[in-house]
Amino acid sequence: MSASSDVGHHAQRQARWHYGEVAFWLIVLACGFAFPTRYLIMTDILRLALFAMSLDLILGYAGIVSLGHAAFFGVGAYAAGLLALHGIVNEPVLALIVAGLAAMVLGFATSFLVIRGVDLTRLMVTLGIALLLEALAERFSNITGGTDGLQGIEMQPILGAIPFDMFGKAGFFYSLSVLFLLFLFARRVVHSPFGLSLRAIKNNPLRAAAIGIPVNRRLIAIYTLAAFYAGVAGALFTQTTAIASLDVFAFERSADLMLVLVIGGTGYLYGGLIGAVIFRMLQEVFSTITPQYWQFWIGLVLVVIVLVGRQRLHRWVLYVPNLVIKQIAGRKAVVAVPESET
Amino acid sequence: MTIALETQNLEKQFGGLRVTRDLSLKIEQGARHALIGPNGAGKTTVINQLTGVLKPNSGRILLEGQDITDLPVHKRVLRGLSRTFQINQLYPDLTPLETIGLAVSERLGHGGDWWRRMGTRSDVNGEIADLLARFHLLDAMNEQTVTLPYGKQRLLEIAVAIAAKPRVLLLDEPAAGVPESERHDILSVVGSLPRDVTVLLIEHDMDLVFSFADRISVLVSGGLLTEGPPEQVARDPQVKAVYLGEEAVNV
Repeated sequence: MSASSDVGHHAQRQARWHYGEVAFWLIVLACGFAFPTRYLIMTDILRLALFAMSLDLILGYAGIVSLGHAAFFGVGAYAAGLLALHGIVNEPVLALIVAGLAAMVLGFATSFLVIRGVDLTRLMVTLGIALLLEALAERFSNITGGTDGLQGIEMQPILGAIPFDMFGKAGFFYSLSVLFLLFLFARRVVHSPFGLSLRAIKNNPLRAAAIGIPVNRRLIAIYTLAAFYAGVAGALFTQTTAIASLDVFAFERSADLMLVLVIGGTGYLYGGLIGAVIFRMLQEVFSTITPQYWQFWIGLVLVVIVLVGRQRLHRWVLYVPNLVIKQIAGRKAVVAVPESET
Repeated sequence: MTIALETQNLEKQFGGLRVTRDLSLKIEQGARHALIGPNGAGKTTVINQLTGVLKPNSGRILLEGQDITDLPVHKRVLRGLSRTFQINQLYPDLTPLETIGLAVSERLGHGGDWWRRMGTRSDVNGEIADLLARFHLLDAMNEQTVTLPYGKQRLLEIAVAIAAKPRVLLLDEPAAGVPESERHDILSVVGSLPRDVTVLLIEHDMDLVFSFADRISVLVSGGLLTEGPPEQVARDPQVKAVYLGEEAVNV
């Protein structure tokens, strides 16, 4: 093997599909058939997963922290609601895209405020934008329905063929398809030179600029794309629940999202998906055991994760699987080995 | 003679402190030019202005005759001005393969590709392979940078700057902190740079300066003290006076 094709081979190492990934998606799909009574909670998890994947794109790859990601979720949610309510765009998939684009426009416009400054300013600016939108939505109640939210949304069949049913089955598979397609897209993007340049910027913006990367432009691009993802997640929320109320903008929504990513890990796309499952499960379990104090237990779990996984915080969920693989297949199965040794 | 890089009356102040004083430098095409001076002379501040990290208060910077004073960092790189850092500025989580791959991709204009996968362009791959081999990094190409020994990181630091195919290369203390055993690799790499690349070397190590440079500028308190070929600078009583108590100049 020549050195050049060798380099190509290794450069694509991470972009290749692993068995674990295929298994992951098959399990998700299987859940759709295995738990027909749980569509609502599972759809909820899918929406949260997509929303978290959006934050992962900017936080995990580009290192942009945000406490106001609900701003885009909310815009997507209201856009989808208004489109359906007023019969502007009746077909859900098309409405989903339009709603995502609306959030994307907002993302592009606010990206200029967010990319400047350090983490703390970013936290404050993103938080501020979300609060601002929430207040605006409340103020213009003639459009948004104010504190009552948008009511009486009736969803048309997906692609004109598949109606939303009361068990949420159509909603689940619809959400899963959207999540999977957007995941494929994100996966492609993060393994491109563009995606790699984001990781470089996160690692060392000074050096990134010093090899010719237009840092600001790249950050604007990924922030805008992430806004689209969050907008789609918000639109899915409205379409699958047929409501949109002020809490789509709520601070708790943005903050929960951070927790989801802390639980699942950042920078490998699956963090948001795994985190969403664990977060909602924990919420379910704890709120059954102790309805009033479930947040206490979530908090405790978080503290433990951060303390135990300090070194491996980014990908601690992979820690145990890797240990198992090492036992069975030896070290080489996990750690990449230079070509010369094999 | 052609001037590769030039500063005209460069002036930089931090508050009331003048860290660059009316500095006019001319670096010839293909030169091995060294910029020396005692600690705190403002050498790194000059580099930071040349590369665009800092904006001068007044004065101009010309790259191959074109005014680049107001260009942002990344645009200067694309015009052929590249640098290494005194303290390694690498990507801890990325591998040498990815680090160099990015620099090559950016130079060839593929850095913004968001659909094509990394590693699918044979021209980029070929260049990466060449650079990795030249800098003795082939064995380590898949290791995370943070896990590499310091000497390797130092080599990578220089390799990244070279990957931008600069016509003018600024080396900020390339051998700083490298253990004696690994020094040779660095020096041979620096010594084997193609002659058409203009090199401005910022250095503390006088042995390196006098073995490498064909012209030396001495910077003191932000201003140019003297400039000339190595023998002349070494004999200069002013230079000796400046370096007395810090480091004697031996040739």
